[in-house]
This record gives sequence, structure tokens and C-alpha cells, in this order.
Amino acid sequence: MAAAEVRAAELSAAAVAGDRRALARLLTAVENRTPVAEAALRTLYPQAGRAHLVGITGPPGSGKSTLVAALIAEVRKADRPVAVVAVDPSSPITGGAILGDRVRMQAYAGDRDVFIRSMAARGHAGGLASTTGAACAVLDAAGFDLILIETVGTGQSEVEVASSADTTVVLEAPEMGDEIQAIKAGLLEVADLVVVNKGDRPGAQRTAAQLRAMLVALPAVGANPDAADRPRPKRPEVLITTAATGAGVPELLVALDRHRAAGHAAAASGGANGARLARADAQVRAVLAERVADRLRDPALAGEAAATLRAVADHELDPFAAADRLLAAIGREGHR
Amino acid sequence: MTDRPIKVLIAKPGLDGHDRGAKVLARGLRDEGFEVVYTGLRQTPEMIATAALQEDVDVVGLSILSGAHMTLLPRICELLRAEELHDVLVTAGGIIPDDDVPALTEAGVSAVFGPGTTIGEVAAFLRANVRQRD
Repeated sequence: MAAAEVRAAELSAAAVAGDRRALARLLTAVENRTPVAEAALRTLYPQAGRAHLVGITGPPGSGKSTLVAALIAEVRKADRPVAVVAVDPSSPITGGAILGDRVRMQAYAGDRDVFIRSMAARGHAGGLASTTGAACAVLDAAGFDLILIETVGTGQSEVEVASSADTTVVLEAPEMGDEIQAIKAGLLEVADLVVVNKGDRPGAQRTAAQLRAMLVALPAVGANPDAADRPRPKRPEVLITTAATGAGVPELLVALDRHRAAGHAAAASGGANGARLARADAQVRAVLAERVADRLRDPALAGEAAATLRAVADHELDPFAAADRLLAAIGREGHR
Repeated sequence: MTDRPIKVLIAKPGLDGHDRGAKVLARGLRDEGFEVVYTGLRQTPEMIATAALQEDVDVVGLSILSGAHMTLLPRICELLRAEELHDVLVTAGGIIPDDDVPALTEAGVSAVFGPGTTIGEVAAFLRANVRQRD
């Protein structure tokens, strides 16, 4: 472990000082969940938390990568550094992946304030890789003030990005559905901003109008005093962009900055930052789950874990009793 | 986890528009369990070196059919070395005359895969020659 800590300290210091190769290597360690990654994250996490994390999600082919490329161009006009984490799916059969988001983002090769990293989801459902949050923390600590997280092409319910980002942008393409699609539960509910991309296509205005009617014009839940404690649906702004030409992208960046400022204002006035709490919850739960799995692989417990699984497979034990038994065993073994 | 996927960049430097081979190879390597970053057509050497750096790939695979390989491939190898990516394997495919291979090898290209090479051969070469990492 000592060697890993030394390597982690080297890479972290270099990455924070602006060494892009060290940053890239650190991200690989994070993706591969090596001991170097854990040691590095322990030192880098306190330095992170400054960046604005923007999730960009939507169906395959709706223009996420093209919109990210257009946003990079817009952000660079203001000379702000920007990082991108673009996730594509891994094959459930071979584990391989085609990471093709970068195709649209190759115009920034000479610009060291643009850092683009592709990630394979590696079997994680929900639209991201299990290590995407940790990768963002590393980029954040390395000084990127804006981080765009592009999810895999999503369907109706991959909402994980909302707990990984400060601001969630849901992309829609024109004519992808009617008002009923717009009021279905799921992805659209977690949007802070809804963007109808391909705004030059017929139907873009109509799609945006339908989304506005269904998402924005709802009566506020809080108007009913009985419902004051209930979680409230968001009322996202609906914008139209044509990412391929850049039309509407300056307005989108303004809306993103406005949402960020609103989050800061809420935090400053003592309100809980819901997005950040949700992120902390997701991160800690993920590490807890990994820790439990690691403990069960311990030689001291592996035998009991295997026997318990066999008992469940044979229907001699139910999964709940099995989980309780293993948790008790971990408690008995105490801290390593 | 030592059994991590090998990460490969597939890029087409230069101006020819024949990307079928690169796409077929990308797809084939996916099926072999590789993580393939595909950057597509008309890439400058600088774009390729930047992508290799940021993605921290193990392999840079270059497809070129324009005849400009003697200019572009050594330039890419030079840029990768300038970024201290000494342990990244560089391979090439496309239409490259046998007579040019020794000079390309000298420049830093580890293998040239001509027409008729199977995906399995490429995958086997990459697995056997890729760097070992932490």
C-alpha cells in the first residue's frame, strides 16, 4: 500500500499543478479502481467541490456530443477552462466498447484548457460508469471550473446523472413524442433544463411548446399547504438549440450559469444543496457497497460467504436472512 | 483489478475519406473486448497526440490510405514522444507499401497491418505487445 500512496501523491501533485499526462493517468487509476486511485481521491476530495458539474443526457442521436462540442466553443470564448467526461456503453457480451463521443469534439487539440475523457460504462446501469463521480472529483481538484458529464444515450428512466451533477440538462429531439411522453415519470422529471436540439428541423418549435405546456405550466405543489413537505417536481426552463450551427448555445450557457448561481444563493442562505447531498449519498453508498463486497472476499469470511450463497441458491435460506448473517459476520470480524 | 480492458485509439490522419476499414477494425476490437476510442476522419497529428494523452490509451491505431504515411506517421510518433507517451504502442493499417515499413518501424511504428490482416491477428498482436501498467 505504501508504494500506491507514494505514486498517488506524485500523480495528484502533478495533476493539480497542471500536468495533463498525470491527470490522464490518475483518471485511468480511478476507472480501474486501483489502490492508487483510492489514495489519490483521499487527498484530492477536499480540494474538489468548486466546479460546476453539468450533466447532459438524452436519447441516442439527440445530439449530446455535438451540443457538448458547441458548449466547449462557447465556454472557451470566455476563456474558462472546461473538462468533459463522456460515457458510452460497454458490451454486455465481451466487455468491449466503442467510445465515439470524441468524434464531435476534436477541434480543441491545441487548447490545454480543454480536457476530454471518454469512459466506458463497464456494466454499470443508469447512464454513467460507477467511477464517473470520482473522475469528476479528480478533474475538479485539477482546477476545471466547469465539467460537462455526457451520459450514454438514455431511455426514460436513467436518472443517475441527476445525483452526479449540479445541473441536469435533458436533451430532446423534435417530434420524438407527444404531450403524453412529456408527462411520463422519469428522466424529464430530473431536468433542470430541457433542451430541444436540432432546432432547425420541422417540429422543433411545436415540441418545445408541448414540453413547456406540460413541464412548466403545472401549478406549484407548494400552493397546497398539505403538500408542503412533499418533494416538489422541478419546473425546468425549455430551450431550443441547433448544436451543429451553435444557434441557441449562448443562451444555454447563460441558463447554466444562472442555475449555478441559484444553487450558490440557496446554499448561502442556509438551504440544503439537494444536488450535493444526493451526490454525497450516492458516493458514500457506492463505497459502502464496495467495502462490504471487499470484506466478504476476505479469507476470514470468504468461506462463510460462499456457504451462505449456496444455502440461498438451494432455497434453504432466504436472501434477507443471508444478508443479516453476513452483516453480523462482518461485525464479528471487526475492523481489519 | 488487473483484468482491465486494453484501451485503443483508432484514428485516421490526413485527408483520405476511406474510413470503412477503421470502423470495421473498431467494431472488431470491441468484440474482442477492447475499449476503442474512435476519433474518425481527417485528424491532424496534434489531434491524435492530444487524444492519446487525455484518454491515456495503451495503443494508437492509425489507418491511412492516402499515401501520406511517410509524412504523417513519423510526425505522430514524434508528438507522442514529445508528450512522454513512450510506452504507447503505435500501429498502422491501410495501404502502405512493404518498402516503406522499415522506415516506419525506425520512426516508432510497431506494426503495419496490410490488407488481408484479420481482426484476430491484430487483437493477438496488441495483447502480446501492450505495455504493462500499474
